[in-house]
Order: sequence, then structure tokens, then C-alpha cells
Amino acid sequence: MTEAMPKPLCLSVKGLVGHYGENLALNGIDLEVRAGEVVCLLGRNGAGKTTTLRAVVGLLEKRRGSIEIHGQQTIAMLPEAIARLGVAYCPEERGIFASLSTEENLLLPPVLRPGGLSEQQMLAIARILRTGAKFLLLDECTEGLAPVIVAKIGQTIRLLKERGFTVLMVEQNFRFASKVADRFYVIDEGVVVDEFRREDIASDLARIEGLLGL
Amino acid sequence: MDEIFGIPMSALVGQLVIGLINGSFYALMSLGLAIIFGLLHVVNFAHGAQYMLGAFVAWGLLEYFGISYWWALLITPVVVGGVGLLIERLMLRRLYRVDHVYALLLTFGLAMLMEGAFRWKFGATGQPYPNPIAGGFDVGVSYIPAYRVWVIAASLVLCLGTWLVIERTKLGAYLRAANENAALVRTFGINVPRMLMLTYGLGVALAGFSGAMAAPIYQVNPLMGNSLIVVVFAVVVIGGMGSIIGAIITGFGLGVVEGLTKLVYPDAAGVVIFIVMIITLAIRPNGLFGQEAR
Amino acid sequence: MKHFSPGTQRLLLAAFVALLLVAPFVLYPQFLIEIMCFALLAAALNLLVSYCGLLSFGHAMFFGASGYVTAQAIKVWGLDPALGILCGVAVAALIGVLTGALAIRRQGIYFSMITLAFSQLIYFLALRMPFTGGEDGLQDVPRRAMFGVIDLSNNLVMYFTVFALVGFGFFAIYRIVNSPFGQILRAIRDNEPRAISLGLRANRYKLVVFILSASLAGLAGAVKAVAFQVVTLNDLTWVTSGEALLICILGGMQTLLGPIAGAVLIVSMSHYLASYAEWVLMIQGLVFVVVVLSFRKGLIGELYAWLERRALRGKEQP
Repeated sequence: MTEAMPKPLCLSVKGLVGHYGENLALNGIDLEVRAGEVVCLLGRNGAGKTTTLRAVVGLLEKRRGSIEIHGQQTIAMLPEAIARLGVAYCPEERGIFASLSTEENLLLPPVLRPGGLSEQQMLAIARILRTGAKFLLLDECTEGLAPVIVAKIGQTIRLLKERGFTVLMVEQNFRFASKVADRFYVIDEGVVVDEFRREDIASDLARIEGLLGL
Repeated sequence: MDEIFGIPMSALVGQLVIGLINGSFYALMSLGLAIIFGLLHVVNFAHGAQYMLGAFVAWGLLEYFGISYWWALLITPVVVGGVGLLIERLMLRRLYRVDHVYALLLTFGLAMLMEGAFRWKFGATGQPYPNPIAGGFDVGVSYIPAYRVWVIAASLVLCLGTWLVIERTKLGAYLRAANENAALVRTFGINVPRMLMLTYGLGVALAGFSGAMAAPIYQVNPLMGNSLIVVVFAVVVIGGMGSIIGAIITGFGLGVVEGLTKLVYPDAAGVVIFIVMIITLAIRPNGLFGQEAR
Repeated sequence: MKHFSPGTQRLLLAAFVALLLVAPFVLYPQFLIEIMCFALLAAALNLLVSYCGLLSFGHAMFFGASGYVTAQAIKVWGLDPALGILCGVAVAALIGVLTGALAIRRQGIYFSMITLAFSQLIYFLALRMPFTGGEDGLQDVPRRAMFGVIDLSNNLVMYFTVFALVGFGFFAIYRIVNSPFGQILRAIRDNEPRAISLGLRANRYKLVVFILSASLAGLAGAVKAVAFQVVTLNDLTWVTSGEALLICILGGMQTLLGPIAGAVLIVSMSHYLASYAEWVLMIQGLVFVVVVLSFRKGLIGELYAWLERRALRGKEQP
């Protein structure tokens, strides 16, 4: 029986090096995300997970290497151009605008898909879906939320996946991530140090937990 | 009754009108500065020179092309705003990467350059500009020139209109959001660099429009910009640049305070705004409406 | 200067001093004095801008106010020039205390506007005060003998006296910058929140530097009043403040020698263009804009950068 054709590459990152000013933040990141996948970046604080997302979305000014989104090289692209490729970014800080009303916040991105969600975090995810983007980058979207809400978010991400969304997420909460994501990269000191799939977790649990310092 | 506290009513009304006139310009200019600062985080030291430019454009349109005041009111902000677009695109943009100090220095240098250029061409003397609205209103105790009423009304409308656009429209929402977090707004696909250029252009256009309106009242001369901008800076320090309504209220309010001071204590009229600034700095360092996070 | 070995540094310093000692016999002493006064004014401003990140647009108020008080002290109160200069500096320091206390309170973005506003206020007051002579200025300040013995009416003697005073000013700046105090300033400038979290009262330090800067600017103004025997309202205008800033950036901010190089250029230029007075402001504005856009390091800054590149290349060679 022949294997199914691998899904097309949504994101391909090779040798990504990034700096904040003079400080080295990413030291050669390699990773890929296929269409329809949910991939999670794990690692300690300061390892470079958020920085990687920022680089992909175009917000890390000093970056070099290769980032290809849907086959297009974006290493030198402006954030607004990258957004138009169908990429949406939900930052760790949520980025809700205080000087805008809730409605204005919700309707700010150019095209809106109604979310009907009430929690601020849900609002943040809903907002970015408006652009019609199919490739979502979620940064710590369950941080500080009650378990009930976290479960709801997990359901939402699975829903999105069923609808053909591709997700690259950053998560400290490994328990949550292990239920939601298909594949995992572990990042440490600005480099990818390990990669595994959800299926491998059960058999490899001890080593993985050791790697994450759990 | 003819007098209040020993001051003749006619004088009171007269100074009130003058105060509102000056306040109109203070408000319009503060507004322009606040809009530019909100998004670009640059205090536009060239604002006064751009106001002067507006006055000269209006004068030039009449002098060389016979174009009347009313057309000048439309053309001037476009011309001066256009200059603003060029300044942002060709010069300011290059300085966003480096220390804020340089953007500030650039606008200051531009002010020097513009005033210098116009001083060279026109000397320090003023060019007269005819009053486009003759006649006035007799309100019993006093006579109020019609043009002055127009200026005050137009300024109020423009200020409130700007407030409306910023606070109640989609475009304004983009501006307010970008003021807070420009990077995030870019990830929504919104072209923030172009917004920066248009915002600077808009602020400068406001200054140019003010200059055109000022032409019939004050003499059109190269020094008019910088003498105004110093007072406007004091106004901005008092009111803070975080609030549009704050800029408007402070501008008009201080204009009136200045006008009324002329009645009570004429010698202090020139410095009363600075005195208010000193008092504000002493007791409310963040300004009357200041709540800036930066 | 750190790009040279200590031996070369001493040699260069000696050569520089020798040059200054010989200069008045080659060029007009008054011209050189003007350069020195503006160099000191710019250096005082530079101290504030480069080490505190505070951009003052109102330094003319220290320069001019000090000049007026010094002139008044010598001409009308009959004081010895040394005492007169002291009075001028004291007044500048006082203005520095009063304006600084208010200007530094506010967040940095407003600081520049506040200094400009205060400067305008002082100008306005000076315009009204009878002793300043209004539009005519304070003229005919006598060049009395300093300490009763130094005959200032001789231009050469005046030159060397100015050289000593301005030299003292520069020396003071040098000592401020290269001291523990200077290190703290740098820490505050580079990362203020961090410095504050370490217990440093950042605003206090900034105020001290502001007052020092004001006093040194006052010294420059006082010396100029004595040397040129006249003070005008021009010395109080934003144009003078702007000139000082231009000298700073043209010469190179963050350097000690920058203000000197800048002053040489700017004062020479305004003399060269003396017959085209209307051009000066415009040309200064143009130079300002060009320097800020493409030449930010300034003359001395570019020189140091070039020397560093040379040194690096030298090291790279096997």
C-alpha cells in the first residue's frame, strides 16, 4: 500500500538566526509545519520560542536564514506583507488595545469571522481569524486561564484543525499541548534540540519530561 | 450694565473674542502636534514653520495667481500636507531606527531651514493679506468682526471633526491601535509605514490650514511660526499630548485666559501661559489631561 | 583619544595646546575668543545631551542671562571682571536650578519643549527689563583689569585669560565625564529603569548635570560679555540655542573635542557669510538637516570611527 502524499509545507524554517540588538536570541532554528498540522514549540523561559514566532511573522528585525511560507521566501518581508499571505499572530501579551472599545478591537483586522466568544483570550483568537488566515501562530494562549477555559480552547484548536487550519503554537503547559498538537519541537538556547510526535510521547515520557525539566 | 469689576463690557467682549481667536490657533496647533506625536513619537519642532509656510502659500496664491482666500483654504493644506508627506517619507523615516533624539533634531533643523529660507526671501517684515469677510456683528456692547467669528467657528468644527474621526471611525481606530502597538497592527495586514506618512502629512496639513486662516489676522511674516510654536509648546505641556479633547480644551482655555489677563494685568499677558505652565509642572507634572504610558 | 597610545595622546595634547598658544599671533584673537566661547557653550550642552539624553533647546537662556548679569556687574556695579563673571555664572546656575527642577520632573518627551518655553520666557523678561537695554542691548562694558592686575584691554591678554577660563570649563567637563559620577550617568542613560531599580535616584543625577551644564553655559556667556563688551537679545534667542546644537552635532556628540571642531566650523562660516547675513540661518538649517540625516557621528565621531576601523584592520592582518 502506497503512503499518502505528504501534505504541502505551510512553513519551512532553515538556519534561522535572530538578534535583539546585540544579543543573540536564535542560533539556527530548523523546523517545518505541514498544512493541516498542529505543531507545538516547547522549552524553558527564554529559550527562543516566542522569538521564533516573531521572526516568522516578520516582527524580529534582525533575522537571517530562510523562512518560507507556502513556498514563498519571507525572511526579508514586511509584517503587513506576510499577513497578507494568510498568516495571523496572537501574541503572548494578547495585545488588546486599551484605547479601543471591545467592538473596535474585534473588528480591527480587515475581515472578521464572528467568534461569539466572551473571554478576553477567546476574543484574541477570534479577532485574528477575521483576516481569513489559515495559518495561525498562537503564543501561550492558555496562560493564566482556568482549566475549564483551557479545555474549551483545546476544543477550539481541534475544531480549527478539522476546518483545515494550520497551527504553530508555543506552550509552557505540556499537558495541554500533548493533547492538542501533532508534533513537537523542543527549543533550548536558540536551537532546536529535539523533535517528537504525539504518538511517541507515551513510550518516551521519562526522557521528554527530563528534557523539559518537568 | 456697562461694566463688570470696573472693566467695560465692550472691552471684556473684545478680549474674549481675541482670546478665542488665539485659542483657536493654540487648539489647532496642539491638535496637530498631538496627532503626530501619538503615532510617530516625535515632537514636530517644525510645526510652527509649517504654519508659517501655510500662511505664505495662501498669500502667494493670492499675490501670484490671484487665487482667493476660499480656494486657498482648500489648496494650502494639500500643498503643505504634501510637503509633510515628503518630509516623512524622505527624511523622518530614515531616523526611526536610531535614537529618538535625531528625529527631534531633524524637525528642529527643518524649522531653522524654513525660517531661514523665508527670512532670506522676504526679510523680517510682514506681507499684508486682505480680510476675506468684511463686516461684522453688532452685539450691543461690542462689535465683533465677521472674520473672527468664522475663524473661531471653523476651528471648533475642525477640532471636533478631527476628534470625531479619531474616536468614532474605523480609520481612527487604526490610528489609535497603531499608537498603542504598531507592530501588532502590522501583523493584521495594515500598512503602518504608510499610516505614519499620512499621519505626519495630516498633522502638518493642520498646521498649514491654521496658517492660511491666520493670514488675514496676523501679518504674514517668516517669524510668525516660531513665536507661535513656543506658546503652543507651553500649551501642550500644560494639557499633555495623550488626549485629543484635552488638547482642544487646553488650547481654547489658555487663549481665553491670556485674553482676559490682558484686561486685568496687561503686562503679564505675554507670559501668563508660561506661568500656568510652571504652576502645572509644579503641582501636576503629568499635565492636566496627561495619562501617557510612555 | 583612547584610540591612541598614552604616549601619542600626550603628544597630541601638547601639540594642541601649543597650537592654541600660537594661534592668536596668526589669527585675530577676537575671532578665536568667539570660537572658544561657543565651543564651551556647545560642550556644556553636549554634556547634557550625550550623558543624560536630555535635549535642551533653551541653553541660550543661560548663555544670555549670564552675559547680561556679568555686563551689568562690571559696567554698572563696578565689579572686578572676575567677580562679574562669577555673578553671571551664579545667575545661570540659579536659573538652572529653577528650570531644571521643573523640566526634569516631566517625562523626557516634554523636556525639550519645556526648555524652549523657559528660554522664551527669559527672553520676554529680558525684553521688558530696562537694564538690558532692550533692542540695543547692553553696550560698552569696560575691559577693566582683572584682579586689578591683568590688563584685559590688551587683546592678547584677553585671549589668554579666556583660554584659561574656557580651558577650565573643558577640564571640568572632562573630570565630570571620567569620574564615578560620570559612570553612574552612563548607567542611567543606557538603562534608566535598571539604574532606578538598583537604587539610583536618576532624576537627582540628571538635575545635577543640568545645573552643571547651565553653569558652564553661563561661564561661556559671561566670558563672551567681557571679551566683546556687549550683550544683545540675540544671545537669548532660540537661534543661539540652535547654533549651539548645530555645533554639537556637527562636531560630534559624545565626544569632548567635537564641540571645538564644530565651533571652529560654524563661527568661521558665520564670519565668512557676514556680508550675506540673511543666508546664515538658512544655511545653518541646511547643514543641520544634512548632518542629522547622513552624518550623525559628526566630524570627530567620524574621525574616531575611521581610526577604529584602521585599528581593527591592523589587528586582522596576520
